[in-house]
Amino acid sequence: MRIGVDVGGTNTDAVLIEGRRVVASTKRPTSPDVSAGVASAITDVLAEAGVSAEAVQAVMIGTTHFTNALVERDRLDRVGIIRLASPSGEALPPLTGWPEALARQLEGGIFLLPGGYEVDGREISALDESRLRDAAQDCRARGIDSIAVSCAFAPINVAMEERAAAIISEEHPGASISLSHSVGRLGLIERENGTILNAALATLARHVVASLEEALAALGVAAPLYISQNDGTLISAAEAARYPVLTIGSGPTNSMRGAAFLTGVENGIVMDVGGTTCDIGVLANGFPRESSIAVDIGGVRTNFRMPDILAIGLGGGTRIHLSGESDLVIGPDSVGFRITQDSYVFGGATLTTSDVAVAAGKADFGNASLAPTLSPSLRERIFERIRAMLADGIDRMKTAPGDATIIAVGGGHFLIDDDLKGAAQVVRPEHAAVANAVGAAIAQIGAQAERIVDYDIEPRQAALETMRETLLARVIAAGATKESVEIVDMDEVFLSYLPGRSAQLRMKAVGSLAETARPVDGAVAEARHAH
Amino acid sequence: MRIERATELEDLARGAAFLGSGGGGDPYYSLLLAEAALTRRGGFNLVSLADVADDALLAPCGWIGAPTVSVEKLPNGNEAVAGLRRLEEIMGRPIDAVLPIEIGGGNGLAPLIAAAELGIPVVDCDGMGRAFPESQMAIFNIRGLSACPSVLTAADGSLNVIETGDNLTHERIARALAVSLGGIAHMVEYPLTGAEAKAHAVPGSVSAAIAVGRAIREARAAGRDPFDALALALEATGLYPHCLPLFEGKIVDLERETRGGFSVGRVIIDGFGGSGRMEIEFQNENLVARRGEAVLAMVPDIITIMDRDTADTITTERLKYGQRVKVVAAAAPAILRDPVALSFVGPRAFGMAFDFTPMEKLNVTARA
Repeated sequence: MRIGVDVGGTNTDAVLIEGRRVVASTKRPTSPDVSAGVASAITDVLAEAGVSAEAVQAVMIGTTHFTNALVERDRLDRVGIIRLASPSGEALPPLTGWPEALARQLEGGIFLLPGGYEVDGREISALDESRLRDAAQDCRARGIDSIAVSCAFAPINVAMEERAAAIISEEHPGASISLSHSVGRLGLIERENGTILNAALATLARHVVASLEEALAALGVAAPLYISQNDGTLISAAEAARYPVLTIGSGPTNSMRGAAFLTGVENGIVMDVGGTTCDIGVLANGFPRESSIAVDIGGVRTNFRMPDILAIGLGGGTRIHLSGESDLVIGPDSVGFRITQDSYVFGGATLTTSDVAVAAGKADFGNASLAPTLSPSLRERIFERIRAMLADGIDRMKTAPGDATIIAVGGGHFLIDDDLKGAAQVVRPEHAAVANAVGAAIAQIGAQAERIVDYDIEPRQAALETMRETLLARVIAAGATKESVEIVDMDEVFLSYLPGRSAQLRMKAVGSLAETARPVDGAVAEARHAH
Repeated sequence: MRIERATELEDLARGAAFLGSGGGGDPYYSLLLAEAALTRRGGFNLVSLADVADDALLAPCGWIGAPTVSVEKLPNGNEAVAGLRRLEEIMGRPIDAVLPIEIGGGNGLAPLIAAAELGIPVVDCDGMGRAFPESQMAIFNIRGLSACPSVLTAADGSLNVIETGDNLTHERIARALAVSLGGIAHMVEYPLTGAEAKAHAVPGSVSAAIAVGRAIREARAAGRDPFDALALALEATGLYPHCLPLFEGKIVDLERETRGGFSVGRVIIDGFGGSGRMEIEFQNENLVARRGEAVLAMVPDIITIMDRDTADTITTERLKYGQRVKVVAAAAPAILRDPVALSFVGPRAFGMAFDFTPMEKLNVTARA
């Protein structure tokens, strides 16, 4: 049996899953220290199912905790930023294009040092070990313990970044070091940005992962802990502690994959209505459709694989502003986690979408008798407006003319009517409210590889086959069952202005986690490249 | 005109990306460089061609190499200035202004940075009106000007002066040098006088790119269709008199192979709701778009693949299986469509066995 947990800003949801069956589920408020909320949610589901902690084979946690830390600029480390590429790249130093406040807060020294590779593998310039040692000592002297290292063309040769990490460790043994090849793909600026964000989360990530592990141990859960990545695949807790940035898009991904799992719908539109927003995403063949353009995180440009999500300001806690019968405004503000105090049905005095839904019999929680009396015409106008907002969201996300299958999930899914415009049908699965915890529980193991190949030297078929075999082996080593692994994405980009037949080749493989899977040392080391 | 705000630079980058016809490289890194220069220098002067003295010395510049390399091996920052300074030594006089050799893609922004460093203006014109894969496809070659003296510089500080008798040899040497320098280099080429630029350059293309980028931005902000805004803005420039969305769908196949040192291939887009299939052939830039057997647009007309939701241009290197796109065509500037120009940049120049037909003629029913 597996436990899936989703730690959101408002609620911590947990599910216990056996095979394909949801055995138990719960929704708890998120605690400030994260782990207490997780512990009580897990305790809930074990108690509900009457299952002992020893029966749990794996715990998968998806969390928006690190995303929130970046967006709120809270609990972040200052980062020593080392780039190995000089003299190339000096015109575009690290943090170029960042929001000023965030750059100021994170910057703990910038070191543009000789190094880096050309596209053909030659060195741009040799690594200057003594300058690197000086930089590490400088960081150490100033108490900068998080260090980000990026190197030109590191994705095609990791050797220089790894040598740099060894040298930095010698001079600054306590430093946590983030290497760009572990974080991103070709595109130095975007990859370096991701590496810096990762380094900024180092202390927080270690703390969160350690406290989650302690919480599990205290409950007697000995099963391995996995954390959801941006693309719905998993990494070990140890990996997440080192590479937290790989988890920041996991929230919407999990809700979409959970929705697919609970309904069996492979192609459709998922609407996840939370307290503040409705996140709309598209399922294509069971996977979240990815964004085709660069993804901004806290205003910083990155090139992570992330689902293409449209968030509209409509959730269960969204406020309804009325002045008289004629003037109606819905949101965008929300009472958020205060819904259980502020909304009418919970004894408060703030009109929310939940109050109107309860009064209309669309939802059943709180105390319906406390809901304010609205005229039928006004009530109808409110729902009319909500329907229009949702229909507009569907329209903006769908890619085919004609109506789409809608999967309604999240705690506020009651806001989605069955006869919504643009919907061929609205599917509302059992356990819809905890779809993202389900998504965490059923997550897959994945790995991605990328390199530049000259097909004149290495024939194309051989290059594809080598990459394929290596990737599949890596996914199996990381804990996936042999039968389930497959290549889900492949692309090649020829380096068009170069002679010969040089191409950038990229592939991704995924597989289902074996029921008995445990992280083994080798798998963890390999999974570091799995993004 | 003075460019003083980051928004205007972003507009230029967005518009230049569209005019690149899939090529010219992603303009994001050029935009970052230009923004840094803007912060340092306070602004860029963009002067119209008419305001340039006939005897002024103008230097077209831009980057030559692989876009995939350019996103990893970034500029040192001295390349452009070093090349322009050497050209001044060779010419024995100061350069009065710079211009983009091609307005398309990142190269549309490249001369801004050089101009800021030298304290000279950028002329509102370019040498291609879009992006083309090879240097000799510039209008300046078509009109018989010489690419030389030309100066090629790289991030490591190396500098090469190229003097050749013909412009095709110049392209071959420059390409080989760029490859040996790591796959990307800066090049100053086709130095020309103000009078020559007035006679031959594509006029107004920089401000056209800004107008296009602004239209897309404003439409998005107002919740209007950015593609409608793009078409109206292009047509309003007078330079690109027609613009039409050709197709909408999802990329279902991408075949790319290298032939003769170029990326040659095709992308197949399946229309939504069974609305057919479009195939686009490219040689670095998108060259021809077919729906079934019917050709709907061909080089030198602009064929750009864009994100169907945001109207962001997706350059050839960034095309990906599964992307949901809209294909938009625009008429090339008239000076690229005359018979002489077409012999350099028309379909036959790219090995196709048919003559040029304007996109507005190929899509008469669609416009009605």
